Amino acid sequence: MSKTRKGGRVILCTGCAFLRALTAFMALILNALPISASAEDRHLRVEVAEPYLELHVGPGEAYSVFHVVARGEKIEVLKQRTGWFKIRTEKNVEGWVPRARLEQTLVAPGEKFSVREASQENFVGRNWEAGVLTGNFEGSNLISLYTGYAFNPNLSAELSLAQILGDFSDSLMFNFDLVAQPFDDWRASPFFLLGTGVIDTHARKTVVASNDSRDQISHVGVGFKVYMGRRFIFRAEYRNSVIFAQSDDNKEIDEWRAGFAFFY
Amino acid sequence: MACRFRIFLLKGWMFVLASLTTISAWGATDQIINPQVDRREIVIPRIDTEDFEPGIFMGIMSVEDFGTQAVYGARLAYHVTPGLFVEGTYGHTEVGETSYEKLSGGARLLTDSERKLGYYDVSLGYNLLPGETYLGEGLGFTSDFYVVAGVGSTDFAGNQRFTVNLGTGYRLLANDWLAVHLDMRDHLFNMDLLGENKTTHNIEISGGLSIFF
Repeated sequence: MSKTRKGGRVILCTGCAFLRALTAFMALILNALPISASAEDRHLRVEVAEPYLELHVGPGEAYSVFHVVARGEKIEVLKQRTGWFKIRTEKNVEGWVPRARLEQTLVAPGEKFSVREASQENFVGRNWEAGVLTGNFEGSNLISLYTGYAFNPNLSAELSLAQILGDFSDSLMFNFDLVAQPFDDWRASPFFLLGTGVIDTHARKTVVASNDSRDQISHVGVGFKVYMGRRFIFRAEYRNSVIFAQSDDNKEIDEWRAGFAFFY
Repeated sequence: MACRFRIFLLKGWMFVLASLTTISAWGATDQIINPQVDRREIVIPRIDTEDFEPGIFMGIMSVEDFGTQAVYGARLAYHVTPGLFVEGTYGHTEVGETSYEKLSGGARLLTDSERKLGYYDVSLGYNLLPGETYLGEGLGFTSDFYVVAGVGSTDFAGNQRFTVNLGTGYRLLANDWLAVHLDMRDHLFNMDLLGENKTTHNIEISGGLSIFF
């Protein structure tokens, strides 16, 4: 992999041909697919009010700083990703700045730029919630998807679909729950739930003495939700369920679930 | 007569003066009560948010005892913080024959439809080593080395199998919104097809493209 310069021309060895092709491909992508130019005049323009503003190469503190914008310079805000903003300077330099720094810039004389960011108040006043939970259903593994609608900060209704994968059978469970959350403004807020649903059990191929079945299931549960920042919550719960089996006596089930959810 | 005329003139002057004073006073009052300040309306345009990253991938997957075959699938990631993301994946492959099937000359453990393997999983990922990658002179791209772990389900050999996945990957951003991925995942699930119940490791190596929006 050697590279020499002769009379202004760059000569690459054959070993670098692949790299050169890849570089050309990347450059092609970069040139062929630019951000639409028509969008330029729609971008917000702000003025740097701090002594300087550092630009990172990527959206994150770990990406290195490569450029500094001086006080008084105007910058354009192009887009945001995970609380970081891509900006363009008057000299067409593009880089990323964090929200806290951008909020020190001015949109008009004396008026600081402010970004509406989801907070715990949004969590309390949320309407919709959706997430993924995983856990244990009487010794079997469980994966569940759920979505909920909040009528008010204290009461919501949830629909959940769970797949239960055990050694002898796998099941699909569909539940409807009512969830009461009495201390809605706590960061770690406990909740109680009551619900019912249907569980479809399918015996494993390798197990002989078992049949497929469809039964009703009801449960009570207790758990908590923790606001993690932005639109993210952690949730963990315990459910005590009863399967109203058609063929046998009722079966009591201990169930644990934990996972993450978004609200909006 | 002259005196009367003088008084008339004086009254006239006084009237004019009074009128002027009133007008100027009225003007001044107007200024105090209704200051003419131009308040500028600041309209902040909506800033495009790009936290979602859908993508497709292709590669090879080695299914324990069943050989290595092509795998393809799709992913959707949501970036929560600069470091953390959640990801949902669906993948599909079709396995080959076990050594036993090849050697026995005709005995088949699985039907054709049972040889289709489909999996889904939900994972948490963390960008462990964010940085830059340089391809030649002056051509640098932001890149991340990330680790992922998650749970899911694999539909294979007639049954759904609870699956844990662990892996690492490398994401290189070709531009603002297009990323190239290289991934390696281990899918762990239990198989009891060949007599004993054992945990199998199923390694997948793939490359893919994704976009941020």
